Amino acid sequence: MRDFLKRYSSSSLAMVGLAIVLVAVFAAAFGPWLVPFDPNTQDILQRLKPPLWRGTDGMHLLGTDALGRDIFSRIIVGARVSILVGVSAVVISSIVGVTFGLIAGYEDKYAGRVLMMLTDIQLAIPFMVLALAVAAVVGPSLWNIIAILGLTNWVQYARVVRAECLVLREREFVQAAHMMGISTPHILTRHLLPNVMSSVIVISSLLVAKMIIFESSLSFLGLGVPPATPTWGTMIAEGRNYIGNAWWVATIPGVAIFVTVMGTNLVGDRLRDLLDPRLRQVES
Amino acid sequence: MADFLISRLLYAAAVLLGVSVAVFFLIRIGGDPSALFLPPEAPVEEIERFRRLMGFDRPLAVQYFDFLGRALQGDFGMSLRYDQPAMKLVLERVPATLQLGATALLMSLVISIPLAILAAAKRGSAIDRASLLASLLGQSFPAFWLAIMLILLFSETFRLLPPSGRGTWQQLIMPAIVLATYSTAIITRLLRSSMIEVLQSDYVRTARGKGVKESRIILSHALRNAAIPTLTVIGLQVGALLGGAVITEEVFAYPGVGRLAIQAIANRDFTVVQAFVVLMAALIVTINLLVDLSYGLLDPRLRKGK
Repeated sequence: MRDFLKRYSSSSLAMVGLAIVLVAVFAAAFGPWLVPFDPNTQDILQRLKPPLWRGTDGMHLLGTDALGRDIFSRIIVGARVSILVGVSAVVISSIVGVTFGLIAGYEDKYAGRVLMMLTDIQLAIPFMVLALAVAAVVGPSLWNIIAILGLTNWVQYARVVRAECLVLREREFVQAAHMMGISTPHILTRHLLPNVMSSVIVISSLLVAKMIIFESSLSFLGLGVPPATPTWGTMIAEGRNYIGNAWWVATIPGVAIFVTVMGTNLVGDRLRDLLDPRLRQVES
Repeated sequence: MADFLISRLLYAAAVLLGVSVAVFFLIRIGGDPSALFLPPEAPVEEIERFRRLMGFDRPLAVQYFDFLGRALQGDFGMSLRYDQPAMKLVLERVPATLQLGATALLMSLVISIPLAILAAAKRGSAIDRASLLASLLGQSFPAFWLAIMLILLFSETFRLLPPSGRGTWQQLIMPAIVLATYSTAIITRLLRSSMIEVLQSDYVRTARGKGVKESRIILSHALRNAAIPTLTVIGLQVGALLGGAVITEEVFAYPGVGRLAIQAIANRDFTVVQAFVVLMAALIVTINLLVDLSYGLLDPRLRKGK
């Protein structure tokens, strides 16, 4: 473990990524106690104030939006939805995808083929429209968004885990376990699962980045988390109407998404290089 | 080869059948589909009438086979909003999306292929590191935000390009850039690492030993072999491009199928959504089928037998 941390920290970009991720997680966890203003308090007299570096007076570091709400406070509190959705959706995706992948890789006959066909069906449906349509049908809420994103992004896990299981299945320790009469669920969870974990960790870290973008896209289109909760995507959608005279309202939340996603990608890239260089071939 | 072709075709058909089941149940996950099509304030009698009109009161299996039978003839029912056949509305918008998608794909190939080749050939150089950084950045932009930033820059500030619509080539530039960004990043990255792997292989070393020119090694030995994994990803990227077109078209008010789908979802016009999903799925499955078949052209080993 110490050796791993040492090798991780030898890349300065990866350390930058880790710092960004830690700041975002910290903001998500403690945001409401850190912010200088209530993120939902409107102040019409203070509407569309530019950020402080534009040389204006005032107390709003990153300016205010069209309702006079403090953008800095909304960014900090908005981290919560992004991180919560990103991580929870990835947990769901990984459970579904790894289960499918283990079964499809070990039982290559019918179950395997059916599960692989499911992945092709999933890939044939444009993800964004599927997510939007389901959100419209079941109604947008935090948990629905997590479920939708989680249940539509398991394909990569299934493919990678299956490919690894097809190889592992032929190895002596698995064959021996099988001959000793150990049950299939036991082989899958005790013998195969630990051996695919490094791939799962790498895919997960990169998928969190994608999920953050997906969540913000759904929010931007008005089918994400209900508007009372500040989210980065909703903030961009609201700021879009003022792009001509108050560019910061839409720009700043985008920078927050971009930096968070980039930080997560940097961490994921480093984990991939250290844990599983072969995975470079399987991203989609 | 014929066996291979037939088995791939049958598989593609089975996948599309699966898509039809998914699309059928899509409007039924919330329970009664009638409530979905009608506004929330619709009176009970009207919902009841609508349910009988649409046949939602029949057994589920009967409804599905009816849906499938019509879908096979391209009939997805009427759009409740536009009072026109749903599939006709989608098909009318297809050329716009294909134009945008093809422009974006071309753009990303023109940038990513030379960049990846250069980066792999000069591994560790400034251009290699720049290509890695660029693909990291390209993967981290939310498309809708990039679109707004381009509008802010090129339409609001410099007034060089129109912010929306379709018809002129100027209106195609910004949507195509937004759509191409992610694919360019992914393809550059993947082709680079495949090229690096191939350039370290025995046959490349042999070719070098025989004194084959480096440019020939890269372009004919390495690129051809690195193309196979890349092609798979390009196939998958077509799906991603069509999906990404949804958001891009919405921000630029570009009249393609993606914008139609978003409007249809907002208007509860679910027959149009169903027609859209099935058509896109057919397109994606066809493209992946072509990608599968083209492996044979790139790799002679796959051509013989199964």
